Amino acid sequence: MADVSLRKVVKRYDEVEAVRGIDLDIADHEFVVLVGPSGCGKSTTLRMIAGLEDISDGDIMIGGDVVNDVPPKDRDIAMVFQNYALYPHMTVAENMSFGLRLKHYPKAEIKSRVTEAARMLDITDLIDRKPKQLSGGQRQRVAMGRAIVRNPKVFLFDEPLSNLDAKLRVQMRIEIKKVHQKVRTTTVYVTHDQVEAMTLADRVVVMNYGKIEQIGTPNELYHKPATRFVASFIGSPAMNFVPCRLEEVGGKLNVRLTDRRAFPLPPTRAARYQAISRTDKLLLGLRPEHVMEARPHAEPGVEPFDAVLDVTEPMGMETLVYFTLEGSQLCGRVSPNAGAQDGSPLRLAVDLNNMHLLNEVTGAVL
Amino acid sequence: MSMVTIDKSGPTRKVKYGSMSRDRTWALRWSYFFLTLFAVFSLVPPFYMLITSLKGSAEISAATNPWWVYHPTFENYIQLLTSNQFLRFFWNSAWVSIIVVTITMLISVPAAFALARMKFWGSATLATGVFLTYLIPDSLLFIPLFKMFAVFGDWTGIQLVNRWYVLLFIYPTLTVPFCTWIMIGYFASIPKELDEAAIIDGASWFQTLTRIFIPVALPGLIAATIFAFTVSWAQFLYPLVFTTSTDQLVLPVGIITTLIKGDVFNWGQIMTGALLGAAPPLIIYAFLMDYYIAGLTAGATKG
Amino acid sequence: MVDVAFQSSRTAAAQAGRRRVGLRNALRRKSMSAFLMTLPLILLIAILVIYPAIYSLHLATLNKAMTKFVGFGNFEFLFKRDTFWLVVKQSCIFAISAVIFKALIGFIVAHFVHNVPANKQRKWRGMLLVPWVIPPAMSTLAWLWLFDPSYSAFNYTLSFFGLGPIPWTGDAMWARFSVILVNVWYGAPFFMIMYLAALKSVPEQLYEAAAIDGANWWQRIWYVTLPMMRNIIAITTLFSLIVTFANFDIVRILTAGGPLDHTHIFATWAFRVGIEGSDIPLGASVSLFMVPILAIAAIFILRDITKRGNES
Repeated sequence: MADVSLRKVVKRYDEVEAVRGIDLDIADHEFVVLVGPSGCGKSTTLRMIAGLEDISDGDIMIGGDVVNDVPPKDRDIAMVFQNYALYPHMTVAENMSFGLRLKHYPKAEIKSRVTEAARMLDITDLIDRKPKQLSGGQRQRVAMGRAIVRNPKVFLFDEPLSNLDAKLRVQMRIEIKKVHQKVRTTTVYVTHDQVEAMTLADRVVVMNYGKIEQIGTPNELYHKPATRFVASFIGSPAMNFVPCRLEEVGGKLNVRLTDRRAFPLPPTRAARYQAISRTDKLLLGLRPEHVMEARPHAEPGVEPFDAVLDVTEPMGMETLVYFTLEGSQLCGRVSPNAGAQDGSPLRLAVDLNNMHLLNEVTGAVL
Repeated sequence: MSMVTIDKSGPTRKVKYGSMSRDRTWALRWSYFFLTLFAVFSLVPPFYMLITSLKGSAEISAATNPWWVYHPTFENYIQLLTSNQFLRFFWNSAWVSIIVVTITMLISVPAAFALARMKFWGSATLATGVFLTYLIPDSLLFIPLFKMFAVFGDWTGIQLVNRWYVLLFIYPTLTVPFCTWIMIGYFASIPKELDEAAIIDGASWFQTLTRIFIPVALPGLIAATIFAFTVSWAQFLYPLVFTTSTDQLVLPVGIITTLIKGDVFNWGQIMTGALLGAAPPLIIYAFLMDYYIAGLTAGATKG
Repeated sequence: MVDVAFQSSRTAAAQAGRRRVGLRNALRRKSMSAFLMTLPLILLIAILVIYPAIYSLHLATLNKAMTKFVGFGNFEFLFKRDTFWLVVKQSCIFAISAVIFKALIGFIVAHFVHNVPANKQRKWRGMLLVPWVIPPAMSTLAWLWLFDPSYSAFNYTLSFFGLGPIPWTGDAMWARFSVILVNVWYGAPFFMIMYLAALKSVPEQLYEAAAIDGANWWQRIWYVTLPMMRNIIAITTLFSLIVTFANFDIVRILTAGGPLDHTHIFATWAFRVGIEGSDIPLGASVSLFMVPILAIAAIFILRDITKRGNES
C-alpha cells in the first residue's frame, strides 16, 4: 500500500493538451474519486497513473518513487476497466490468477489468494465458469477479484459501473465500498457520475478541461463549491443560477434580480458579502432544496414569492417543480402535499441562509 | 355509422389473414422447389464423379444409363491407392499444404498482431498494401516468378524449378496476404482494454499475443488455417508451371498429366482421383463449415 | 523571485528531457519489435510479389531469346495478331457474363435460403456451397467428363427430349457457353454466401417498418434489402471480377483454349505462349494486359474499404 502523488502532470496529444498540469496527493488507504464530464482528462490521468499512457510532463510518484518510466507491470497497481476486460477464454479462477501465474507465484499461494478474494466478493460458486456465463454484476465482481488477488499498492477503477443498469449500479457501489473497507488499499476511481463520486469517495477531485476545479470531501464540494462548474456539476437536480447584483438600501444589503424583484440578505450573509462591488455582475446560486413551498409563518432569511409552475415531477418523497423567476428557469423541491400542479400558481420561498453568490464573469464562488 | 364500418372490416380482415398465410406457404414451397433445383445443379458434378468412380472401364464405354452404376466396383480405388505414383502425388500435396499452412501462420499471425495493435510508422500503409497484394492473381505472376527461379538457379546453382518444394516459396504469396488481412480484422475486434489488462497483469507483448490474442481469436485462426490449406491444396497453375517430373507433381497436376495419356482418357480413374483430390477440403468443410464460412465472409465484412 | 522560478523550471525541463529519452527508447523498442514481427511479411511481399510484378514489365520488353531489348516490340506484335484480339474479346465476354450470372444466381439463391426456416438453412447452405469447396481443377474434370463428345451424360439425358447431341466443347459458341457455365457453377455459391451474410445483417425491424409503411415484397427488396447490401454487392462483384478475369484452371482443363483459340483468356493464352511456347517475354506481355482492369477493380474495392474504415 502506498500514497500516490501527481506533480504538474501534463498530457499532450499532438496539438491538444488533454491534461493541463495536475497536482494531487492521495494518502495511503485513501479512496479518491476523479469526476468530471467526458473529455475532462480524468481517464487520461488514471491511465497515466497506470502507465498505460506516458506522461508528457511532470512526475507521478507511487509510494514515494517516481514511476514515470516504470512499465505498468512494475508499478504494482491493479486496474478495473469499464467493460471489465475479462479474458473470455479463461475461467473466473484463471482470470483472477493470470497476473500471479505470469509472476510464477507458487500454486498454493495463488489458490489461497483466489479463494480468499472469491469469498470476499461472494463469487466462490462461479470460480469455474467462463465470463460469457456471468451476468454484468458478476463480471464486475470478477474484475474486482482480479485486482484484489494481486494485492497491489494501488487500485485503479476506470468507470467500472457504467455498463450496469441503475439498480445493479447502486448495489455494486456498496460492494466496492465494502471491499475498500476490508482491504484498505489506496484507490483512485474515475467516474462521470457525481452521485457515485459523492457516495464512494473520501475525497472527490472535480476535473474540467484537463484541470482540477476543486478537491474536497463530498460534503465540502456540496456545501462549499469553489467554482460555478463544481456548484453546477455536483448535486442533482443541479443548482439554480439567477443573474443578480448587490445593492445597499438604508444600510441593508439586498440581492436584486431585476428592477421588480429583490430579496434582503440575512445578516450573516450580508456581513460576508459586504466587500463585493455593487456593480459586479453576479449569480445567485440556490440548490433546489432551498427553493421550497412558503411556510405560513415568516422565518429569517426565507423570502416568499409567487410563481406559476411550468412542469411538476412527482418523485414520491418530494415533488420537483420547474418555473420561471425573472427570466431564469428554476427548479425547486416541495412537499408532495403542497398542491403543486402543472400550470398552476404556487407560493414558494427561497432560503437565502443557504444561498451562494458567484461572480458571473470569473465563475468564482464568493 | 361506425358500427357498419367495423362490421364490414371484420370479415375482410379475416380473409386477408388467410390469404397471407397461404401466400407464405406458397412462397415457402417455391423456395424449396428452386432450392432443390439449385442443389441438384450444384451436386451433379460431384455426384457424377462418385458414380463414374464406381464403374469398371467396360461399363463406362457401354451405352447404358450413365447416371447409374449397374456393376459397382472398387477397382479404380484399388488401382489408385496401390499405385506408388498416385500416392506420391497425394503425399506431395499433403506435405506442401501442411508446410505452407505452417509458414503462413508463422508469418501472418505476428504481422497481423503488430499491424492491429502496435501502431508504428507506415503500419496503416502496410495493412492496405497487404490487402492489395491479396488482389494480385496467380496468373499475373507465374511467368516472372518462373523466370526468376530459373535465373536464381543459374546464378547460385540451387535448382528450385521442377522440385516440389519450390511451391513452399510460392504458395505463401497466395495465402499470407489474405490470412494476415483476416487476422488483422479479428485482432482489431478484440477490445483494447483486454491487452491493457494483460499489460497491467504483467504480460509482455509476446505473452499478450500467445496467451490472450491467439486463444481469443482462435475462430479466426482456424478460419485462416482452413483458407490457407484449401488454397494450397487446390492450387493448379503454379505446380503446372514449376513442376514437370512425375515424382515432383502435386495431386491436381498429377491426375491431369498422368491419367490423360494423349487422347486416351481413363475416366474411371480420373474421376476417382478427382474425388480423392476433392476429399480433404470436403471433409474439412463438412466438419468445420462455420469456420470455413467465417473465413470466406471475413474478407469483406471485417475489412 | 522570477529568476529563481525560471531557474528551477529550467532544471525541471532538463530532468524531464533526460527522462523523455528513456521513454523514447522504450517506444523505439516497441516500434522495432513491431517492425521485426512484420519483416517476414514485408520480405515475402517485396521479393515474391512486387519484384516479379516489376520484373514482368522488364521481361515484356525483351525478345524471345531474352538477349535484346525490343521496347514495345512484343506489344506491337500482339496488336497485329488476330488471336490476341480474340483473347481480349473472349476475356471480356467470359468475365463479365460469368460475373453477372454468378451475382444474379447468388442473389436469388441467397433469398430462397433466407426464406426457409432458420433451422433448415444450414443444411441447404451446406449443399449449395459444395461447388466452391471442391478444388476447381478437380471439379472441372467432372464437367469435362459430363461434356465428353461421345459419352456425355448431358447429351444422353437430352436425347430423351429429342435434343442434341450438343458439341459442348467442340463448337466455338458452345465451348464459350460451357466455360462460362462451369465458372458460374463454381462461383455462384461464393456470392450466395456473401449475400446471405449480408441479408442476415439487415435488422428485422427495417422490414417490419417497411411492411407497416405498406411496402410489398418487391418494394421491400428494392428499398430495404438492396440499399443495405449495396456495399457487399459492390465489393463481392468487383472481387469476383478480378478472380474471374484472371481465371486459369477452368478454361485450361475444359478446353485448353480451343477450339481454334476461341475460348482462350489472358491467363491461358499467356501460359500457352509463355510456358508451352517458351516465349517468356511474349507471355509476360499478354498477362500484363490484365493489369488495367485489375487495377480499376482494386481501386474501387480499396476506396470502399477505406471509406468503411473511416466510418468505423
